[in-house]
Amino acid sequence: MSSNYYFITILRFVFLILAQILLCNKIAFLGFINPMIYILFIYWYPIKQNRAIFIFISFLLGFTIDIFSDTLAFHTAATLTIAYLRPVIMRFCFGVNYEYQSFKISSATWIQKITFLALLIIIHHAVFFTLEVFNFDNILLISKKIGAVSAASLLLCILFSSLFSVKKE
Amino acid sequence: MQQIINFIFRNKNLLLYLFLLLISLGLTIKSHSYHQSKFFNSANWVSGGIYKTSNNITGYFNLETENEKLVQENIRLRKLLFNKEYNSETPIDTVVLDTSKLAYTIISAKIIKNSYANLDNYITLNKGAKAGIKQDMGVITPNGILGIVENTSNKFSRIQSILNRRSNLNAKLKNSDNFGTLVWDGKDYNTVQLIDIPRRVPIKVGDTILTGAASSIFPENVLIGSIKKFDLDPSKSSYKIDITLFNDMTNIKNVYIINNKNRPEIEQLETNTNNVQ
Repeated sequence: MSSNYYFITILRFVFLILAQILLCNKIAFLGFINPMIYILFIYWYPIKQNRAIFIFISFLLGFTIDIFSDTLAFHTAATLTIAYLRPVIMRFCFGVNYEYQSFKISSATWIQKITFLALLIIIHHAVFFTLEVFNFDNILLISKKIGAVSAASLLLCILFSSLFSVKKE
Repeated sequence: MQQIINFIFRNKNLLLYLFLLLISLGLTIKSHSYHQSKFFNSANWVSGGIYKTSNNITGYFNLETENEKLVQENIRLRKLLFNKEYNSETPIDTVVLDTSKLAYTIISAKIIKNSYANLDNYITLNKGAKAGIKQDMGVITPNGILGIVENTSNKFSRIQSILNRRSNLNAKLKNSDNFGTLVWDGKDYNTVQLIDIPRRVPIKVGDTILTGAASSIFPENVLIGSIKKFDLDPSKSSYKIDITLFNDMTNIKNVYIINNKNRPEIEQLETNTNNVQ
């Protein structure tokens, strides 16, 4: 991991926050669908890094988004949760071989990649909207929001990641 | 002791996760129960600055419609002005007012961040405490009410929009002066709800709703919206009325902040009365 890698990670961090707050938070498709593309940060983050640092960076990411969109700490809790659960989700999607040194996300099949991304998004949105609505009487509203926004986020994340994907050597 | 330290080392990720989650859940519960944090909101100088920069660019895109709206408002105000009683001593386009006796002063501002897709929406303005904006001032647009100032920093301020589940305003029917409470159920950004209007009051679809006199934040008779449909609430004693807002909440730029000079006195009086009781 060269300094170049840190540079790319920081760039991603800033770029995804700006894309989220200046573009995606203004979409409001059908009045309530604001896709969340900053989840790609969790998706792109290197696998073999120190987990504690990763969890802490995710906390910062969510917290920054929260401050900008005035939703104090919903994004933080949701991002933190998927950051913590990421190894479990990866084992589920890629099997045990993700623990080997040679494994790269880019070498997995596209079904595996999309499952991984979809699981991250669904768990994130489930935590997010439960906290936002904060009332289990409105379970229908929660599930409607989770379903609709997850679909939009997934679509936009796939488009973004294919747009900015690292070329395969 | 050794075992405790080993335990902490083995589970340091879990503990870190739980610790940070606890912080965020704490903030979440706080934000659901009371005003959001004074510092961590979009009116601080970093986020305010970024929104302002982005707004400097995008602000040009709908200048034309924005000008059209302001011209429409000017036309309306000029109509009021020209139809005032004619006085030969002052020219027709001048109004003599003793500004020291005015109860309300008005500050203009621009929206740099608007949101309407969440359940609790907040709006950020490009002026703050330096321009004289304080907490609990009312914010309106040419078409109707918008919200209440919740937080200010030096250069920015944050508005709690009427599209917020905590929003709770006094509103009345235009014809009958019966008043109720204006709330939002979080479903549609064009519709708000008026509750607590008694059953005996005659209402019909299309009636205009204005701000009531019981609030010290807004002047009386500011436009809100018109009745879309109404139903009796479960107790069958009062109406629950759906109101279509006159404002298009998705497309607003210029707003006015209303400062009621008598508000401190009114509040003082109210607290005194409460203390006596």
